[in-house]
Amino acid sequence: MKRTITCTINGKRKELTVDVRQSLLEVLREQAGLISVKQGCAVGECGACTVLIDNVPIDSCLYLAVWADGRSIRTVEGESRDGKLSRVQQAFVEAGAVQCGICTPGFVMAATAFVEKHRGRKVTRPDIRPGLAGNLCRCTGYDSIITAVQKSLDEGDEP
Amino acid sequence: MFNIESYRKAGSVAEAVRLLRENPLARLIAGGTDVLVKLRKNQEGFHHLVDIHDIAELKCITRTADGDLVIGAGSCFTAVAESPLIRRYVPVLAQAVRTIGGPQVRNMATIGGNLCNGVPSADSAPPLLALNAVLTIEGGAGPRQMPLEDFFQGPGRVALEQHEVLTAISVARDNYAGYYGHYDKYAMRAAMDIATIGCAAVCRLEDGRLQDLRLAFATAAPVPIRCKATEDRVRGRRISPELLDDIARAVTKDLQPRTSWRATKEFRLQIIATLAHRGVRQAILEAGGSIA
Repeated sequence: MKRTITCTINGKRKELTVDVRQSLLEVLREQAGLISVKQGCAVGECGACTVLIDNVPIDSCLYLAVWADGRSIRTVEGESRDGKLSRVQQAFVEAGAVQCGICTPGFVMAATAFVEKHRGRKVTRPDIRPGLAGNLCRCTGYDSIITAVQKSLDEGDEP
Repeated sequence: MFNIESYRKAGSVAEAVRLLRENPLARLIAGGTDVLVKLRKNQEGFHHLVDIHDIAELKCITRTADGDLVIGAGSCFTAVAESPLIRRYVPVLAQAVRTIGGPQVRNMATIGGNLCNGVPSADSAPPLLALNAVLTIEGGAGPRQMPLEDFFQGPGRVALEQHEVLTAISVARDNYAGYYGHYDKYAMRAAMDIATIGCAAVCRLEDGRLQDLRLAFATAAPVPIRCKATEDRVRGRRISPELLDDIARAVTKDLQPRTSWRATKEFRLQIIATLAHRGVRQAILEAGGSIA
């Protein structure tokens, strides 16, 4: 049940042969080697597998790989530029928003989408919480994560 | 890998109907947030799929020349919640779908899928019931229309034949113009949770009277349901605190909540009365009414 799909992964155009039974998560980890994409619950509750499809966050565990045909995928591996962390990544470091780390790639991608969507708008901490409601951190480091998102939003307009 | 035995991608609604007719075991997959969870659990009945995920004609949200709203069944909840038309004309629906899952789920899950699953807890159902929504269903012989109220037949059972596709959900102008609404959901968590009780109240006021009330609940009966007896009882009555108390008492007789691991029947009855009171009150305030 193979299909050939063409998509952009972290800015690079790729042609992949995928099985229609595969989730995007499986293809990203096993074929593209992008192991930042974690499988947690596998049923769309924990957000550890969050990636951006055309800049929109989705759970890649509940996304058929064939649906990625013609689309642009972003994972945490593609967020830094020339060794420099993205603003959201840097904010996570500065806020101490990483504990065990397994939820972090998913959180960074959900936060990145949130920050890009809300740039230039006034956003409060209570606004950020529902924006990250699709991600669980079992170390319960939520407060630092929300601080990181706030920092990313507050730091002007430079990329 | 998901245990998918056959997979056909449909490029149009007509093709989806044809592919469903070709394989009587096949069923639709749209957003995937329910079907793929069921496949993950290897649940029977989901191994043959017709994919309508990418059909553009199912994703439009429009307003006709007559002012009727037409929501493509394949619209994801984010698209519904952020649609300027929905926010302006039926904000109660935007309010309800924002309570579903988290952002990632709302970016994928479709409003049509929510209705076709037929679960009692569907958050999109109470506001759409309260707006007298009508469904458009395509089965190959031209579209048929059906009131949403007649669609729900039992837990997980809806009036959709195996070869049919729900294409659109419509709200006629007369059913929303002059009406104001409120949706309230009680759940253990503020996000990523299923409604213990969901309540949509939609009303129209005139001269301090409740000219019309439409009240609908999720998880309060085997199907999402309207409270017709309560609505008839209070229609035309003067707005007062006593009226709200009366609604909260009457509404439990319209419903049959059950005990589950989430909540007991007794607890749900308590929440039903509270949400009815609060929901009608909020809807009246939205409509510019005052409660002496």
